[in-house]
Amino acid sequence: MSDLIKRAAKELGEPKEDVMERLMDRIAVEADIAYDEVDTPMGTFTVAATQRGLVALSFERDPEIVVDALARKLSPRVVHAPKRVDDIRRELDEYFEGKRKNFDLALDWSLVQGFNKKVLEATYRIPYGGVSTYSDMARSAGSPRAARAAGNALHNNPIPIVVPCHRVLHRDGGLGGYGGGLPMKKWLLTLEGALERE
Amino acid sequence: MLPPFQRFIDDNASSVWRLLRALCLADDVEDCFQETFLSAMKAYPKLTHARNLRAWVLTIAERKAMDSHRARKRRPQPVEQPPDRAARTRDGFDPAVWAAVRGLPTKQRQAVAHRFVADLTYRDISRVMGTTEEAARQNVREGLKKLRGTLS
Repeated sequence: MSDLIKRAAKELGEPKEDVMERLMDRIAVEADIAYDEVDTPMGTFTVAATQRGLVALSFERDPEIVVDALARKLSPRVVHAPKRVDDIRRELDEYFEGKRKNFDLALDWSLVQGFNKKVLEATYRIPYGGVSTYSDMARSAGSPRAARAAGNALHNNPIPIVVPCHRVLHRDGGLGGYGGGLPMKKWLLTLEGALERE
Repeated sequence: MLPPFQRFIDDNASSVWRLLRALCLADDVEDCFQETFLSAMKAYPKLTHARNLRAWVLTIAERKAMDSHRARKRRPQPVEQPPDRAARTRDGFDPAVWAAVRGLPTKQRQAVAHRFVADLTYRDISRVMGTTEEAARQNVREGLKKLRGTLS
């Protein structure tokens, strides 16, 4: 008898693709965090949004690493839900095509606190085509002498590009660093017209 | 640490689907499938550890299957016709076997489904059903004995 059941159990099948899609449509609405990959001229990024807005954009190639970190830091209810990040994808596309100068996305600052948050909020106000310096960002955050700490805050920016840490340079005009690598920083500043094309 | 809910779905969708296909009437399978994962997502952040997640979600699935039968009893419905023993659907699904399993007393049905559909160990079955391991074995044995009567 157990053989008959085991044989029958082998034929119970798998949930088909359309079944999984309908499940994920319902799950996506209620999940705390939705993520997807976004293709750009600078590579494939992982973006994640909470119910409040864009919470993370990562240059990390493996989305699993990003998703694990989000589950640990914010909520384990993280799901792959491309539709919930459609606005983000569209605005990034437009930005990379040079058609968008300001992002209209709602942001969720949950991943940053205190001084770091102040630095990034100041960074968020640097206009397209403009640049600023690490010490200016430190001053805006209320600690004029904390340029190095401001640099750290920028290096750990959870929402690069949208929060434009690439617009922050050394006071002597040197480019400083960038989480996505210096070539990307140059590329972005050139796109925005802040650097001359080479 | 709990895995991201997406990974939890990816890891368990297949087991849940198979259990529900065994325990539900065909029309209820997909509803129960969705309800299982929606309920799991509600409870998920309250879990205090990540052990036995599969057994955990299978108990939710099982409860959804029971709810669907209860709901059907409340609305008058034509009784489920005993399927033709020879009738199998195109994908090899054998409705007669599962109709017989559904007809078992609750504990035997649960034990048989967990053992043969979900492939849980007797240890896990006992944990899920809140019984001893010996009781789990006993339920599977009794269930099989009854099925032998119904299906032969």
